[in-house]
Amino acid sequence: MLTDHILSLSIWVPILAGVLVLILGDDSRACFTRWVALLGSLAGFAVTLPLYLLFDLNSGIQFLEIANWIPAFNINYMLGADGFSVPLILLTSFTTVIAVVASWESITDNIAQYMAAFLIMSGLMIGVFSALDAILYYVFWEAMLIPMFLVIGVWGGPNRVYATIKFFLYTLIGSLLMLVAFIYLYHKTGSFHIIDYYKVPLSMEEQIYIFAAFFMAFAVKIPMWPVHTWLPDAHVEAPTAGSVVLAAVMLKLGGYSFLRFAMPIAPDASHYLTGFMITLSLIAILYIAFVALVQKDMKKLIAYSSISHMGFVTLGFFLFSQLGLEGGVVQMISHGFISAAMFLCVGVLYDRMHSRQIADYGGVANTMPIFTGFVVLFAMANSGLPGTSGFVGEFMVILASVKHNFWVAFVAASTLIIGASYSLWMVKRVFYGEVANDKVSALKALNKREFTLLSVLALFTLGIGVYPDVITELTQATSTQFLNHMAVSKLPAVGM
Amino acid sequence: MDTINTDLFISLPEITLLCMAMLILIVDLFLNKQNRLIIYGLAQVTLFVGAYLVWGTHNATVEYAYSGLFVDDPLSDVLKLATLIGASVMLVYTRHYMMLRNMFSGEYYSLLLFAVVGIMVMISGKNMLTIYMGLELLSLCTYALVALDRDNAHATEAAMKYFVLGALASGMLLYGMSMIYGVTGNLDLGRISNGLNQMQMQRPDFVKDPVLVLGLVFIVAGLAFKLGAIPFHMWVPDVYQGSPTAITIMIGSIPKFAGFAMAIRLLVQGLDTMFADWQQMLLIMAVLSIAIGNITAIAQTNLKRMLAYSTISHIGFLLLGLMSASLNGFTSSMFYVCAYVLMSLTGFGMILLLSRKGHEAEQLSDLAGLNKRSPWTAFLMLITMFSMAGVPPTIGFYAKFAVLQAALQAGFVWVVVFAVVMAAIGAFYYLRVIKIMYFDQPEDEAPIDAPLDMRLVLSANVMALLLIGLMPQGLMALCAKAIFFTLKGG
Repeated sequence: MLTDHILSLSIWVPILAGVLVLILGDDSRACFTRWVALLGSLAGFAVTLPLYLLFDLNSGIQFLEIANWIPAFNINYMLGADGFSVPLILLTSFTTVIAVVASWESITDNIAQYMAAFLIMSGLMIGVFSALDAILYYVFWEAMLIPMFLVIGVWGGPNRVYATIKFFLYTLIGSLLMLVAFIYLYHKTGSFHIIDYYKVPLSMEEQIYIFAAFFMAFAVKIPMWPVHTWLPDAHVEAPTAGSVVLAAVMLKLGGYSFLRFAMPIAPDASHYLTGFMITLSLIAILYIAFVALVQKDMKKLIAYSSISHMGFVTLGFFLFSQLGLEGGVVQMISHGFISAAMFLCVGVLYDRMHSRQIADYGGVANTMPIFTGFVVLFAMANSGLPGTSGFVGEFMVILASVKHNFWVAFVAASTLIIGASYSLWMVKRVFYGEVANDKVSALKALNKREFTLLSVLALFTLGIGVYPDVITELTQATSTQFLNHMAVSKLPAVGM
Repeated sequence: MDTINTDLFISLPEITLLCMAMLILIVDLFLNKQNRLIIYGLAQVTLFVGAYLVWGTHNATVEYAYSGLFVDDPLSDVLKLATLIGASVMLVYTRHYMMLRNMFSGEYYSLLLFAVVGIMVMISGKNMLTIYMGLELLSLCTYALVALDRDNAHATEAAMKYFVLGALASGMLLYGMSMIYGVTGNLDLGRISNGLNQMQMQRPDFVKDPVLVLGLVFIVAGLAFKLGAIPFHMWVPDVYQGSPTAITIMIGSIPKFAGFAMAIRLLVQGLDTMFADWQQMLLIMAVLSIAIGNITAIAQTNLKRMLAYSTISHIGFLLLGLMSASLNGFTSSMFYVCAYVLMSLTGFGMILLLSRKGHEAEQLSDLAGLNKRSPWTAFLMLITMFSMAGVPPTIGFYAKFAVLQAALQAGFVWVVVFAVVMAAIGAFYYLRVIKIMYFDQPEDEAPIDAPLDMRLVLSANVMALLLIGLMPQGLMALCAKAIFFTLKGG
């Protein structure tokens, strides 16, 4: 039955579509190539929908698939999804459609390779979200770097080589240490099955080392302060769709992986290091928000705001409460839509003006009124206005942190003001005031494609803002299970 | 069957190759330049027949020939088959290159076949003298091959360096062997192992005997030289860079099978009693090779020299597996050597593919903008580079993974952490190659001039990197079986 292989289909349909685009596509048939890619991404999105429709709200990991892969090391092709991964898988396949449509006109050379890179990346990222075998997960996690490396390096901005190599090496060094942790756990348990890792007792020292290895891999990916410096570079140089995928999905891989690996495998170390993690999250939230305030480049500003928002995710996770955990997950999804929309908006401007400098703009509202409406909505959502999805996640995390410690909540909440400042100040400088120059007065209004893209994203942003249960009902059972697991110590009993 | 027949039957592949190599020398005399392709065809047929014979006589038992001088076990079957296939692939890659440079001659093919015989004898040597004979056959042919292009000053210099240092290393190896012989009174590796075990039983501190330890040091040094591990690596970059690329591919690929087999025979089957000593030596060499190989490669602008340093770091990983001193570790090393040979064949094959008459594509800048000139070729190089860097889903990842898990099982956690950090540093220079191919503008717009068979085989070779990367179980199980039956079943 096909329904038994939903996750496999979600992974392989976009990858095969990508290969198909590579074979069929060519710059001389640009339009055809784009349509094949769009159909491929839509097919990829369609096959993930059953995950939402057939999801059993009362159980944890489901849609299991298992097959022998490398028996020599007891490595299996094992897939499964729970309340944490299903929303992220849907976000991934949805973002791929957005990415393909977003690069419809702006990419004119090597179209087939470009589109194929996004499709293949989509399948690999879904693989990361659904793998239940550590090596399978690792293969997807690393393989995903290759298309992104090429996307930034081939179609990126002037400083693309520096940015893409930095992106690759930062991620690689962290993930190789994670591989060592996996091998260590393999010799401990005799398998690479993640669920076996959850059960194995580990001493505090082992847990701290394992947590540290995972931390290196995931903190870089999220990214947390102080290993965040690759992100602004990568974002600035990446083409629009590259930034969209990077912000909307790739950062979430780190957050998701904390829930899947670092925390449940080393629960005692996680509790022990709570203070450390919360401090880093708060630094990201507050300090990086200030950094965002002074940026002159719009993409850099949004990149820093992403880091600041991802701080809420890690903060929510390490509060160890249902509210914080679900808030973190909601924040991941909501940030996926909002950051994608923000980068698309910058892309819309960049396609017309070929500049991302705030200083080059001014009074865009006079020539692009509808577009300005969208931007104001997304900027509001970015700063956490009630009624938008940005509010829900942050509010849940702040509520949870009040229970934990008033001052943590105070620092976290203060960023709502700074967030509003940098978002709205940018909007003010770019969109309002006098028309800055002739180029701005010559701006063309949104075309149908751009309008549709932004409307769909606006719909999701408002939809989740008004009815966040769409996500929280998915995560409820899983987060309860997760917290129950986290509450039990894994330290070996004394005297054994 | 009487003994002499059994002996001949067991060594039939080697005998066939030897006869054919001599036949080629003679046939070459009667051929004019236009008909030289016959020689190429003969050499290919010889390799195929050899491979068929190895395949036809393989079984899961250990058989001895020539009073124990020569052994036919699963390990030797697998390695010989791999050697012959590798040699055949190499001939496809080098034909066009040799023709364009007036080096397409009978000597090349007969020397190459003699070298292959040397490798096969080393793989099957169960006696220190057999191993040494095989090694010398291989080395002498290689020295001559490096100097094949007489008028090329760089190649002559490389040959001279290689010969002097190689002779020194052979001397060290022989000296070490003589010391071991002096202590044990045996040249047969199985008897040496038994003898040492018995002596250790009587006197537990026997393995600390200075003569024995010194002998081991010399053997390990000779071995390290042949493999190109630090600190015996000085010849590797110079010889790799100086030799014509068609010879570099030969030095950089299949002889590593012989090096691996030699390490297994000498250290594991012969001197297993002293594993605590050689484990430490291999550990130091492995760590140094991985570190210095990767870091030095970053500074290179010559592709061949860069690949030479990358080879040194790969040898470090290979030693890391051997150093683990467990069946698991030897299996992972064997997998690594197979993966390495596949990767180096494609790496140097790519240089051969891009070279044309009067132009050696051996500078990194020669690859600039390759994606614009030929997307498929660039893609093949991309896979090769990611495989060498150990990024999944390529064979290079599983090779590193297997070795690292073996070293971790042996308890060397921090060595493994160090190795992965170095691997990440090493990723930089592989990424730079990809950067040059994909992100830079082409300097050289000439069309790629290579025959169809070479393109096809090279593509198949790279696809093997990817497919074995996706499905590594087959090769992994084969290596495990070969090692298990050879070391435990016999």
